[in-house]
Amino acid sequence: MIRVDEKGFYGKFGGAYIPEMLHPNIEELRENYEAIVATTEFQEEFQMLLRDFVGRPTPLYFAKRMSEKYGAKIYFKREDLCHTGAHKVNNTVGQIILAKKLGKKRIIAETGAGQHGVATATVCALMGMDCTVYMGELDIQRQRPNVERMRILGAKVVPATSGSKTLKDATNEAMRAWINDPVGTHYIIGSVVGPHPYPEMVARFQSVISEEIKWQLKEKEGRENPDLVIACVGGGSNAAGAFYHYYNTPEVRLIAAEAAGLGVTSGKSAATTALGTPGILHGSKTLLMQTEDGQVIEPHSISAGLDYPGIGPVHAHLFDIGRGEFVAVEDEDAMKAGIELSRMEGIIPAIETAHAIHALNLIEYRRDDVIVINLSGRGDKDLETYIKWGNY
Amino acid sequence: MNRIHYLFNTKKERVLSIYFTAGFPKLEDTLPTMEAIQAGGADIIEIGVPYSDPIADGPTIQESNLAALENGMSLKKLFDQLVGFRAKIHVPVVLMGYLNPIMQFGMEEFCKKCKEVGIDGLILPDLPMQQYLEDYKTLFDDYGLVNTFLISPATSEKRIREIDSHTNGFIYMVSSNSITGAKTGISEEQIAYFERVQAMNLKNPRLIGFGISDAESFSTASKYGNGAIIGSAFIKTVKNSSNLDADIQQYIQSVIN
Repeated sequence: MIRVDEKGFYGKFGGAYIPEMLHPNIEELRENYEAIVATTEFQEEFQMLLRDFVGRPTPLYFAKRMSEKYGAKIYFKREDLCHTGAHKVNNTVGQIILAKKLGKKRIIAETGAGQHGVATATVCALMGMDCTVYMGELDIQRQRPNVERMRILGAKVVPATSGSKTLKDATNEAMRAWINDPVGTHYIIGSVVGPHPYPEMVARFQSVISEEIKWQLKEKEGRENPDLVIACVGGGSNAAGAFYHYYNTPEVRLIAAEAAGLGVTSGKSAATTALGTPGILHGSKTLLMQTEDGQVIEPHSISAGLDYPGIGPVHAHLFDIGRGEFVAVEDEDAMKAGIELSRMEGIIPAIETAHAIHALNLIEYRRDDVIVINLSGRGDKDLETYIKWGNY
Repeated sequence: MNRIHYLFNTKKERVLSIYFTAGFPKLEDTLPTMEAIQAGGADIIEIGVPYSDPIADGPTIQESNLAALENGMSLKKLFDQLVGFRAKIHVPVVLMGYLNPIMQFGMEEFCKKCKEVGIDGLILPDLPMQQYLEDYKTLFDDYGLVNTFLISPATSEKRIREIDSHTNGFIYMVSSNSITGAKTGISEEQIAYFERVQAMNLKNPRLIGFGISDAESFSTASKYGNGAIIGSAFIKTVKNSSNLDADIQQYIQSVIN
């Protein structure tokens, strides 16, 4: 069985490697979250918000033209149609209700592409909670529209100026901010990373994606299980949500598309399973891009959301036991795939999501296989990157 | 006898521990810094092993970590520098470092090297107590390394008692809910926390750290614990120093006198 154990490990990966200052917070969360999430009260509010606020269920759309081109039955799980433009809001809705039940007054979050930041700022506005989002200085520059969206929603955006000034550094800053104000603050982590119980908690809030795929595919194809599920992976929250209810169904192939940046061996990459070795980052043991001396290597990807040197421990485990198939998609190919999806299906995807589209070219499958690609987010935020790239 | 035990058996008050980042400001400053700290009159030397992502540290120590890495510091290099340091240094020396670089070095190899060069104890802020007990305690004991745990104002009494029972060197009392170097001075709220812990009559001595920077804060901390740890303020002192030896000794003198 692929599942988290009581100590927070998926096989060799996971755990809670945190400074003692954060121990009370993590304990509080660990001791309470399952009980709170299991209550009818929580579930009613969560389901209502997913339906009426987020707009769930999101459609499972049969992509006719791309199916013809690739010779398979390709379905898109339309997470790009979620309120705020990506799957990230599934998790922030869950965590904000949880934070309220824990009596927290203030929310902090990290963000890469800004989608998680926007999703957090959105639910904070919804609940009237104070919100601070840490974002790498470089990401603030390349995801300007999302920065302004957060500000319009009333959140404070704080630049992370250390290291590569991207997601890893934003996460460091958020953790430091939590250490500085541990009592009244809840930290909404946006991916399946961080100390236990975060990876499992975030995956559970995102698992609504595969829960819906199951009944939607049953309606359309008469079967709950596709042959393949494809998703992009930075930390891996959309992939975890799309894979969750298929972890233990080995006949469903799970394909994870990582960001190869300028090429896996170029020194400018974020392909963690290709380049990483076991290590500890942001509170969990996982695969990590690092030097021989254990210093974290600055990653590179054209997509801010995949620009992360680690990967969620559950994905490290899927990789380790061969349950997940990992492919690495270069910047240029992802951009081209984004244009292809725009031209063939009328959907401009987030550049993160475009990595999952290109994976179709990197894997083998049988003719007429049913393939579900998780369309994790839309491309509005990336217009500037598309324009700068210019090749369309 | 472990030098940390010897120290606290012979000195119960105003124990001063000084933290510095190995390889900062210059790669080869490690030994001269240690000598100056000892000559200045500090009781414990805490060597920080630089790491790219020190999540419990504020800007001052972060910057010193990154500068040290750029200078070429690594655990391997540090152990090379530390060979033979016991010829000159007699005070206890503790290594402080995040887990990942040590894991990559190899935990057993790390402990072996520590023992070889003469390290007395470890402070590993992101090693949780449970993991220590299950995976590393025997190893540390085998190599005579005393492991130090941190506690903060948010640590429960039950947890403090547990920590007290599992350590036998000293307890590192983080003075406030903060990262290093974030706050200076000592508030009434902090004093209430110091008094609360003082009243618990723990078996281990306590050193108070985070926010200690001068004679006044050192004296206040020493009232409520067995002494204090200075990090960020010391890093600031060495950062712009043109005469490391004199500046370090002068700074330490200004704190303890």
